[in-house]
Amino acid sequence: MMYLRLFWEFFKTGLFAVGGGLATLPFLAKMGAATGWFSQSQLTDMIAVSESTPGPLGVNMATYTGYTVAGLPGALIATLGLIAPSIITILIVAAFLKNFQDNHYVQAVFKRLRPASTGLITAAGLSVAVMTFLPSNISLPAMRAGILAVFSAIKWKLVLLALAVLLVTRGIKKTKKVHPIVWIFASAAVGVVFRFAEA
Amino acid sequence: MDELWSLFWIFAKIGVMTFGGGYAMLPMMQRELVQSRSWATDEELMDYFAIAQITPGIIAVNTATFVGYKRRGIVGGIIATFGVVFPSLVIISIIAGLINTFADLPVVQNAFAGIRACVCVLIFNAISRLWRGSVTDSLNFVIFLAVALASYFLNISPAIFVLIAGVIGFVPEFVVSRKRIGENKTARQQGRQGQKKCQNHQGHQGEDHK
Repeated sequence: MMYLRLFWEFFKTGLFAVGGGLATLPFLAKMGAATGWFSQSQLTDMIAVSESTPGPLGVNMATYTGYTVAGLPGALIATLGLIAPSIITILIVAAFLKNFQDNHYVQAVFKRLRPASTGLITAAGLSVAVMTFLPSNISLPAMRAGILAVFSAIKWKLVLLALAVLLVTRGIKKTKKVHPIVWIFASAAVGVVFRFAEA
Repeated sequence: MDELWSLFWIFAKIGVMTFGGGYAMLPMMQRELVQSRSWATDEELMDYFAIAQITPGIIAVNTATFVGYKRRGIVGGIIATFGVVFPSLVIISIIAGLINTFADLPVVQNAFAGIRACVCVLIFNAISRLWRGSVTDSLNFVIFLAVALASYFLNISPAIFVLIAGVIGFVPEFVVSRKRIGENKTARQQGRQGQKKCQNHQGHQGEDHK
């Protein structure tokens, strides 16, 4: 039953995730919240591992979440669930629809799907950022008590590191094209040296 | 059978050589499919890639299915797809197993705390790249903003937003092209009437001459 649910959740992800890269992130974020299979911070770790290992990001993330939920069979089933809709739709398109990409309906639909997908990733990214920079135990009353309470709770070490990474990945021309794996490993080193877990 | 094996291995190779996927795999595919084997031309590959981007699912997976299908039909499509996800299955399972085992070590926790800060920036960078290609007019900006806010604050499945955005794209296009068909019809009818009038006119002229 568990495996069936896992397959179905990833089938939905494969069916509705549009565009490359992080398109599956919003689906995984909602999945974790709805099923309790994994936490937001586990999801963040999965992104990091998926970015720094070979293979398409979306596939890696599905395999990782599947493994976390139900071990090796889970990894296999989640990945199968993710690719099943792709196989079905692509086979239909390849077999029956000539010049699919030039169809004006397809283009009109995708013109509006793209900003929706970007919006979804933004929302998921925002909750990942909140989870990362604010302690998970910050309570709503504390937030109501004032901005000061929230401000003092922010993990400033992490914010500082994020700002540094932002600066080197966007500000400096030479480092813009460097593969993200470099920044991931550098950040891991900084985290170990300055004991970020206690931040 | 041989070709099915090579479909599997070529796409496994493409899978293992591409970090990140999506656009990152295009140069690899060009080398393996166009230059080494001439299984596809550059133009065909671009077409497959364009279709892979506007169909649901992972771009790398979609492209693999498409190329596999073109070579060896449905079985080829499925085999190529298994090929492209095979390295992920092996590598990620090993790493996930290791990380889950050592997750409680302080070193691992410190490292991942640092990594999480980095991942936030990577997501932000990805969003800003996506933004350029997707928020192209004011309606798209409204869609972006509405979806981002609603998805963050409300507990709604992302699939719902994807469906709504699709309808927003489809309906105006449908109405416009319906109108166009209608206009063409009336234009043709008017044209026919115009010709008739003309003939009548000539007819009258003919009578006048008599």
